[in-house]
Amino acid sequence: MVDAIRLRDDDVHEEPAVSLDSFLDQSNATAVRIEAGEDARELLPHLDRLSLIEVSFPVFGDGRGYSSAQILREAGYTGELRASGDVLVDQIAYMRRCGFDAFAPDAPINAEDMKAALARYEHVYQATSDQRTPIWSLRHG
Amino acid sequence: MYQYDQYDQKMVDTRVEEFRDQVKRRIAGELTEDQFKPLRLMNGLYLQLHAYMLRVAIPYGTLSSKQMHMLAHIARKYDRDYGHFTTRQNLQYNWIKLADAPDILADLATVEMHAIQTSGNCIRNISSDQFAGATADEVTDPRPWAELLRQWSSFHPEFSYLPRKFKFAVIASDTDRAAMRLHDIGIQLVRNDAGELGAKFFVGGGMGRTPMIAPEIRDFVPADELISYAEACLRVYNRYGRRDNKYKARIKILVHELGKEEYTRQVEEEFSHMKGLGLNPPVEELERITEFFTVPPFDAQASDDLDLSDPDFALWVDQNVSEHKQPGYAIATISLKPRGGIPGDASSAQIDLMADLGEQYSFDELRVTHSQNIVLPHVKKSDLYALWQKLDEAGLAPANLDLITDSIACPGLDYCSLANARSIPLAQKISERFADLGRQRELGELKLKISGCINACGHHHAGHIGILGVDRKGTENYQLLLGGSGAEDASLAKITGPGFTEDGVIDAIETVTDLYLAQREEGERFIDTYRRVGMEKFKEAIYG
Amino acid sequence: MKILTGNDLKTGDVIWWTGLDWSRFVRDATDIGDQGEAILHREEAARRVNAPYIIDAEQTSDGPRPGHIKDRVRALGPTVRPDLTLKPADPDAGEWVI
Repeated sequence: MVDAIRLRDDDVHEEPAVSLDSFLDQSNATAVRIEAGEDARELLPHLDRLSLIEVSFPVFGDGRGYSSAQILREAGYTGELRASGDVLVDQIAYMRRCGFDAFAPDAPINAEDMKAALARYEHVYQATSDQRTPIWSLRHG
Repeated sequence: MYQYDQYDQKMVDTRVEEFRDQVKRRIAGELTEDQFKPLRLMNGLYLQLHAYMLRVAIPYGTLSSKQMHMLAHIARKYDRDYGHFTTRQNLQYNWIKLADAPDILADLATVEMHAIQTSGNCIRNISSDQFAGATADEVTDPRPWAELLRQWSSFHPEFSYLPRKFKFAVIASDTDRAAMRLHDIGIQLVRNDAGELGAKFFVGGGMGRTPMIAPEIRDFVPADELISYAEACLRVYNRYGRRDNKYKARIKILVHELGKEEYTRQVEEEFSHMKGLGLNPPVEELERITEFFTVPPFDAQASDDLDLSDPDFALWVDQNVSEHKQPGYAIATISLKPRGGIPGDASSAQIDLMADLGEQYSFDELRVTHSQNIVLPHVKKSDLYALWQKLDEAGLAPANLDLITDSIACPGLDYCSLANARSIPLAQKISERFADLGRQRELGELKLKISGCINACGHHHAGHIGILGVDRKGTENYQLLLGGSGAEDASLAKITGPGFTEDGVIDAIETVTDLYLAQREEGERFIDTYRRVGMEKFKEAIYG
Repeated sequence: MKILTGNDLKTGDVIWWTGLDWSRFVRDATDIGDQGEAILHREEAARRVNAPYIIDAEQTSDGPRPGHIKDRVRALGPTVRPDLTLKPADPDAGEWVI
């Protein structure tokens, strides 16, 4: 069992993440896990009671979770957004850009490699959930 | 043409260092091949039949002489002295060592080139019209819009693990020289009633196992919504494209299975969510990019006269030289299909020569076409003869543009691990059989396209005559198709019947061309006669 | 016979298992019998080969001849560029492939 990596300052959320079906059935769950093929938009009416959303990456080549993350952040979700499963250090930077701020990889990620990956690109071409200023904005102020 | 600013350069340089680190970790065993493969693919590096293959991006097929010289240099220094121009306007090297790849990318970066996202399940090179900026029939030069999309699609964090590869083409004329309708997203720039420029979106075209012509999804997307509309199209695909079956994973399958209306509805819904998110660059950014694509300083006094007394030169002008929007100028196509040659291949010496000629005769600009030829877009008519002489000396002046020997051929089983049959020897033999230029000119426009497997990198579905190489019980076999077109009259070729041996399919092609000559009416190209007469007559002639 | 092939990780060269080592020449390939999987996994893990796989081959007087044309192309080089193959001086080399 590998420790989750968090890029947040707040306290770790203690409640376990329930499945999407369970979450929608209950009224008091505060943490949910969505599978790669599930629709993140089903959570949008409930964002105010969520502190943790975990998004599954069953294999790192399944990129649906990146869109799920973006959709949640675009809708205003500010809680912990965690990528879990086949998460490798070479995908971390893009995951961060899509709004993930926590990672629960199946296999351990070297902390130095991760730090390097997150710091590597000084600039970005697109406006995404991490709110970094895109190059076109730097060009035109 | 576009020039990098400090930001563009930094991105490319950083990518080189990132890949250098990834290669190091692979060689040290910190990454398995499964983990490394998508990373190397996103840097254009394949493991092919003989060695690693590197696919260098040539954005919208445009490059400078300096860049062309670098391509020659890399061929000499790291490869085996030649390169292959592809059906997506890129260049491939076939004999690359993994250990050299980071240095090659570093060399490319010094001339504003890269191999970013030329493979992998991400957005690939954006192709365009090889006559852009030179032709009179465009509403605007499409390349600034292609450049805007290129930057948006590069290192896109949401769309780097798509169900499958994703290809854009951008044109700006009704005449389609880029097979736009056969792309995942094809864009035609148009003007609305108010005279404003916008993008008409076609989504869901493609070749491969299930060829499809892209339906129109939206008739007008203004410049300041281009990016968010493209985002919406991609996001629907990323979320709902099939991931269960590699051969059903392209967007064309999604559009086909949902139906155009439902796919469009989903895109419009996603698009409405994206409004107000600040995704679109300001109009100033497109204006900034457009500044790089202004017309060259043409000589307004340039003469339109041309001395055609040299008959070989006259043939080349007639076939390979196209009309330019500027009086006194012309667009010259350099055919990389010499008699018996390997389509699209050029030696490093030839690449250097073309670079020099581009610099001297075409305002330092060259284009790669999806038919694997090279274009000098802005040649003064009074320079054409000198240009032709130099090309002819170097074996670069076959006067066969759009004739039967100007065939497209994928690398096939001689190079590609996906292939079922060799395609190049077939192209060579056909080139020899039809070598007589008089005969070729009599046949006229005849687009022959050869693929060595069902993946259709040779665009056989879009050939007036197409050939598909298959594996028939361990031997190479060839299916013949007729009636395809990648132009604005897009159509998909149909198979004639049982397949042939290599010699058999060449004989069949002769039967087909003989029938065309016997049946054609005034002014009809091969494709026109085929469409009028129909497959049955051709089948009878071939199979008896 | 069964032989083992793959690519050199660093150079990409096509290589063949000789029983002791990896060679660029298919004539050096050895019959691995039913040991293929075990050898393959060991060699790949040690990074002495990349993307290895087992193929059928015919024992001929010239040495092993891979059963599938694709592997014969890998063994020799592109039939359309004899100068780039392992047997540039042999005019019949292409015949062996086909």
